[in-house]
Amino acid sequence: MIEIDNISKQYQTTFVLKNVNATITKGGITSIIGPNGAGKSTLLSIISRLLIADEGVVRVNNLDVATTPSDKLATYLSVLRQENRYTSRLTVQELVGFGRYPYTKGRLNSDDHRRIAEALDYLNLTEFKDRFLDELSGGQRQRAYVAMILCQDTEYVLLDEPLNNLDMKHSVSMMKQLRKAADELGKTVVLVIHDINFASVYSDTILAMKKGEVVYQGTPDDIMRSSILEDIFDTPIKIEQVCGQNIAVYY
Amino acid sequence: MKSLYFIAAILTVIGLAVISLFIGAGHITPADLYSNENIRDIFFASRVPRTVALLFAGSAMSVSGLIMQLLTQNRFVEPTLVGTTQSASLGLLVMMVFAPAASIMSKMVVASLFAMAGTLLFMLISRKIVLKSTLMVPLIGIMLGAVISAITTFFAMYFDLLQSLGGWESGDFSGILRGRYELLWLVGGLTLLACFCADQFTIAGLGRDFSINIGLNYRRVMLLGLTVIALIGGIVVVVVGVLPFLGLIVPNIVSLLFGDNIRKTMPWICLFGGGLVLLCDIIGRTIRYPFEIPVSVILGVVGAVLFLILLNRKRYAN
Repeated sequence: MIEIDNISKQYQTTFVLKNVNATITKGGITSIIGPNGAGKSTLLSIISRLLIADEGVVRVNNLDVATTPSDKLATYLSVLRQENRYTSRLTVQELVGFGRYPYTKGRLNSDDHRRIAEALDYLNLTEFKDRFLDELSGGQRQRAYVAMILCQDTEYVLLDEPLNNLDMKHSVSMMKQLRKAADELGKTVVLVIHDINFASVYSDTILAMKKGEVVYQGTPDDIMRSSILEDIFDTPIKIEQVCGQNIAVYY
Repeated sequence: MKSLYFIAAILTVIGLAVISLFIGAGHITPADLYSNENIRDIFFASRVPRTVALLFAGSAMSVSGLIMQLLTQNRFVEPTLVGTTQSASLGLLVMMVFAPAASIMSKMVVASLFAMAGTLLFMLISRKIVLKSTLMVPLIGIMLGAVISAITTFFAMYFDLLQSLGGWESGDFSGILRGRYELLWLVGGLTLLACFCADQFTIAGLGRDFSINIGLNYRRVMLLGLTVIALIGGIVVVVVGVLPFLGLIVPNIVSLLFGDNIRKTMPWICLFGGGLVLLCDIIGRTIRYPFEIPVSVILGVVGAVLFLILLNRKRYAN
């Protein structure tokens, strides 16, 4: 369980997060949605100790993320943020291998090698394993990073816009793989995601943010309503039932 | 196959080292070494220290360039370009003015402290602009270096020390003798230390968020890297002088050939860096025999050409 207890963060005088309280239960996929500047990525960064909150506490499995030793936390929780511009010339396999760093500090044993091979296979990257990261397409690189996160094998997996750089086919297959990770491997997946229809179809819980506050939390059926989404995004949104799914139409 | 290349590279560097031992104004042959005690003495007092110094300084400057590139996540920076060496020179000048009789050890300590301050300043500035443009970072560094060296030159002129400062600064191994180079063993030790922390530097090169995610103490790695860069920069400036371009071209070429897994590439960087300096020194000693051209001049020419070739590679253009 991730408990977010009265978290605030401000830059100079503007609040990015204001007294955020929320609980993310164990298991399943939780999607954080909301307009630009709502504080989604900031919240994800604070949960994963990449940023320090000005006030409040985040507890993961009852461990305060701000005070728990970072290398210990790395075996419970993993996080992937949007990739920056600089690309290291590591091979895909070497990158994925660093997912084992919290456990082995760089000395890979046979069990690690098996896990690396599995993670590569899971994201269909085996054929690229000896390629350098800067020789891959943006989508392949994104998948390589996700494979590395899965190789880290933590209970909680936090991803900041994992569909960035991915085309339709790869977006769908990424979401299916995350769904599989949640269902088969029992992971708790938390996503910041822009496409609310992906959130609707693939998540168990949706957490909606606006202006630094959590405004709604519930199942996709609770959140995927015209009135609620219009309130969150300030734009006309209709909900249609397509193939048994709630699909938002906002074009 | 790769190990075969590696053996070939080691043999090449050994070959260069042997050539370096047996060329010079005084003619020495292996046979003389065996029979003539006088020549043996010259050999161990002058030739061996010089060759050892070339290898240590060459590999250390390459490694410190690599570390700086990883920590700033920018391939176009290196210590002699962005203010580290310039700051070390300023430290040296401060010692020449205030404590001219100080030991070479204390000169080195002060130079290293200045190098550290200068590098820290550069890192702080570069962090502010890191997202805006890749080429802005080295440009800012070059400006910072120029400002620091302008200050140094001003005060050196004021105290009439310009000439002796120039003597210290120019990367030249002709003055390396037994008793005047031993500090470089420390540089060798620092290089070895960097090799032991190879994985940590590789991870730091993947960024702060990535490092923290897998539980690396990012701040500590930054501090360690900074210390290694500053100490290497300080010691090499005091003992040898400035070795330009080395930290830029060696890590970049090795990265192109073998990637950025530092644990695997560190031996290559050391070999290539040491070998390149040996080669440039041999060229400098033979091109106008029996006179010598400082290795920094040769490195400047060779380095500039290699750097332009690197810049022209499309992959590195962005």
